[in-house]
Amino acid sequence: MKLSYYPGCTLKTKAKNLELSALAALKALGIEVDELERWNCCGAVYSLADDDLIHLVAPVRDLIRVKESGHDTVMTLCSMCFNTLARANELMKHDEEKRFTINTFMDEEPDYAGEVKVVHFLDFIRDDYGFDKLKEKVINPLTGLKVAPYYGCTLLRPREVAIDKPDNPSVLHRFLEALGATVVDFPSSTTCCGTYQVLGAPEASLRVSHEILGDAVRHGTEALALTCPLCDYNLGRRQDKMLEKYDDAGEVPVYYFTQLMAIALGVDPGISHFELNRKSALELLKARNLIKASA
Amino acid sequence: MPLFISKRDTDDKLRRKVMEISGQNFQTCFQCGTCSGSCPMADHITVIPRKIMALLQLGNKKALEEANTPWICASCHTCMVRCPRGIDIPRVMEALRLLKLRRNIDHVELKKIKPEEVSDLPQIAMVSGFRKMTS
Repeated sequence: MKLSYYPGCTLKTKAKNLELSALAALKALGIEVDELERWNCCGAVYSLADDDLIHLVAPVRDLIRVKESGHDTVMTLCSMCFNTLARANELMKHDEEKRFTINTFMDEEPDYAGEVKVVHFLDFIRDDYGFDKLKEKVINPLTGLKVAPYYGCTLLRPREVAIDKPDNPSVLHRFLEALGATVVDFPSSTTCCGTYQVLGAPEASLRVSHEILGDAVRHGTEALALTCPLCDYNLGRRQDKMLEKYDDAGEVPVYYFTQLMAIALGVDPGISHFELNRKSALELLKARNLIKASA
Repeated sequence: MPLFISKRDTDDKLRRKVMEISGQNFQTCFQCGTCSGSCPMADHITVIPRKIMALLQLGNKKALEEANTPWICASCHTCMVRCPRGIDIPRVMEALRLLKLRRNIDHVELKKIKPEEVSDLPQIAMVSGFRKMTS
């Protein structure tokens, strides 16, 4: 099985631990990916104005590259890339007038009408690979590890591109269960972490993230599993700021869901680059004997 | 916050412009408050989303101009998936934000971001932050 793959900018720089662990995990499942030969930034956020089409050119170009490569499905790992590409695709499929304008503007590109299917790693595993089959491949189950699945926004909202029910998702729960973890459900698992407001309103995004972590801990979690590099920044890397500002803040190990997958599949932990996570992430896995203490 | 309604404050042009850019009919909002109850940023905004809808229905330009809501909205779409009237509120916020950005009023000053922050932030934070809050 060969899968077309769109990485996006952050996976090549700040979130190497997401990309490399995912690719190694897929390899362990016998799935090869075919990274697009040429790709550009997806725009990170989808434009919400009716009179702004220029910002759709970037994601549509990426979708044209997928079509040219001969694939009919493109897989993404970054939640934000998934959202922008999937929404641009929906628009090209359903809005005849805007499709015409965009195609006319990009007159040197072949016309595009939403022929490609955009999937996220998680719905690919759920729908095409299957959680039962994933469970069979687990050789190092995460038994006893209490993990809270954190979805964030862009995989679930808006409804037309959601990979699961926006208010009651289960895909990440079932994914972690298949890896053998004890899944901890908590009310804030779909609450926004504050996203790019870390630039415009850093205090607001810090408070929201702190509340999410607090909620997860109150419900008995030991660690958080998430999918998006921006959520990882807000909830993981900004924990130092939370410890400075809030008396009730504590260390919460935060993982990319693919890092936990790679561990469960017995992939060499070095590939998952835990040094890019908080120190507590590797320490917890070692304490639970999921990684050899010498690693 | 008491709401004073006066003919002087109403601006039908603004109402029509926001409808045009957002493609949303906020006139159907019946003030249930689900959006505001769902908003993760509610503690940090000066006017909650439900009230923004009311101010738009009235065309209250001054109060809308002063609200920081469109800048703090994280476009997480929680309000939208829960709105019983099917209003895409993040689109309304984007329209209000764009009306300022198109007058060259930025919310984030690029020069004020420290170099150490630039090297620490993930690219998607920078790209989306600039896309949403600078013109």
